[in-house]
Amino acid sequence: MQRRVVFENKWLPYLLLAPQVAITLVFFHWPAAQAIEQSMLLQDAFGLRQTFVWFENFEVVLSDPNYLGTMRVTAVFSLAVTVLSMVLALLFAVLANAHIRGRSAYKTLLIWPYAVAPAVAAVLWLFIFNPEIGVLGRALNNIGLRWDYRLNDAQALFMVVAASAWKQVSYNFIFFLAGLQAIPRSLLEAAAIDGAGPVRRFRTVTFPLLSPTTFFLLVVNVVYAFFETFGVIHALTKGGPGKATETLIYRVYLDGVINNDMGSSSAQSVLLMLVVVALTAIQFRFIERKVHYA
Amino acid sequence: MTARRLIDWVPHAVLILGVLIFAFPIYMTLIGSTWDAATIARGNLPLTPGDQMAHNYVTAWTESRGSRAVFTPVRTMMLNSVIMALTIAVGKIVISILSAFAIAFFRFPGRMLFFWMIFITLMLPVEVRIIPTYKVVADLGLIDSYAGLTIPLIASATATLLFRQFFLTIPDELVEAAKMDGAGPMRFFVDVLLPLSRTNIAALFVILFIYGWNQYLWPLLITTSREMQTVVVGIVAMIGTGESATDWNLIMATTMLAMLPPVAVVVLMQRWFVKGLVDSEK
Repeated sequence: MQRRVVFENKWLPYLLLAPQVAITLVFFHWPAAQAIEQSMLLQDAFGLRQTFVWFENFEVVLSDPNYLGTMRVTAVFSLAVTVLSMVLALLFAVLANAHIRGRSAYKTLLIWPYAVAPAVAAVLWLFIFNPEIGVLGRALNNIGLRWDYRLNDAQALFMVVAASAWKQVSYNFIFFLAGLQAIPRSLLEAAAIDGAGPVRRFRTVTFPLLSPTTFFLLVVNVVYAFFETFGVIHALTKGGPGKATETLIYRVYLDGVINNDMGSSSAQSVLLMLVVVALTAIQFRFIERKVHYA
Repeated sequence: MTARRLIDWVPHAVLILGVLIFAFPIYMTLIGSTWDAATIARGNLPLTPGDQMAHNYVTAWTESRGSRAVFTPVRTMMLNSVIMALTIAVGKIVISILSAFAIAFFRFPGRMLFFWMIFITLMLPVEVRIIPTYKVVADLGLIDSYAGLTIPLIASATATLLFRQFFLTIPDELVEAAKMDGAGPMRFFVDVLLPLSRTNIAALFVILFIYGWNQYLWPLLITTSREMQTVVVGIVAMIGTGESATDWNLIMATTMLAMLPPVAVVVLMQRWFVKGLVDSEK
């Protein structure tokens, strides 16, 4: 935690810390405190007076059937994005890690989508699957599938999941590939000598040794699906049709920016902060354990 | 072909299929940017390039209106995105390396308090605290300014932790030698630490540049005038409600241009990019 040899200076360390601490205080701790304060205040209809109402905003939010619906959408959406992008990434990483020709070319060709913004990924998918002008959107309609993700709940969800996962595969691919390359070849060779085929080797050696990477990615992908996919949803469906693709973060935006309901929006923000804190805690517990046994 | 040869080819086939699926949306966008708006609006976009490429890119880059919609010229939006991405990347690196230096190389009262103050921001993305942070920026009068666009996103612990981690691996002998030579802390920082941190700085720069370039919700809220719009937000604004009769050709040209800088950074700086990603998340 601390070096043995350090410099002695009374004021220099504070000066060095000042910029980061100032920005963190003003744009992080202060807003977070305000969110917690706002989440316990109720504004009157004219926005003139505020009353302290303890956890009433939370009660209102958590007993709102619409909010529970949004939670369900978020759960389905996050699970789909996480599973889809991780399974594809693992498949590509295992194949690219096998000693085949062109490995580095495949790597380059698979990692660039990381650089595409979620909102831009949504635009790419929109251009292909738009029912009137999109190549595949029109094709689907031509074979009689009645494709229009702006009207059909399931199709809308498919679109936001596909665009979000498309962008995230490359991130998972990089980590799986790094994890695979860290597995000692001797272990796999020993298993091969013992007569284990490729599938069995993967199941009994590779996959268990990848579990720290897999677990880490699980948490990162859930955080990605929860928060960073706002751009995808805003560009593709605006949460619709109805509330079919409205996730928790989109709801915070709707209540806070569009409907200007500060109490409810703040209570939702605080709930989301708790989710992130819980995920972080799980992550750290796990990393600590890994360090212990590694 | 023997069974053995066939098995050798399966990985290639699956990987090529994957590469094609990933490239297909980009290919269609590229094609879309080479035809005229009417062809796209009719729904007859061919799978091969048209002859409007130069016209579309020049129009999107310089003009503020297409045949159907009004928008900000791409050069203005790209400039905003460049300023935002560079300020965030450089700003984060500078304030993080300084604070990591203080935490790793000094012993002073409140050290752990400051460490935890920074550390606690680690996993909380700006989206979670978006509304209250917006309010703070509004109270400070920073709406629709580069300062409002960038400074709140500079507060993050990832880079600080990465530098701290790296600084803890620097041998004590190096510090002792510097002290013996009469070098003060800042001298040591500039002459020894900065050169040693070069690869870490490059790796972080790639990650943070892309992070800044791809921001969406924050610039959407903070920028109110057209002149301040970033290109990622601008594209979605151009699409609007997604009518078939809009300037799709210009939108697709803008999309290609908007992807170019971050994709180029990832491909050209691949080694640093992978290192930065894996290091900063571990």
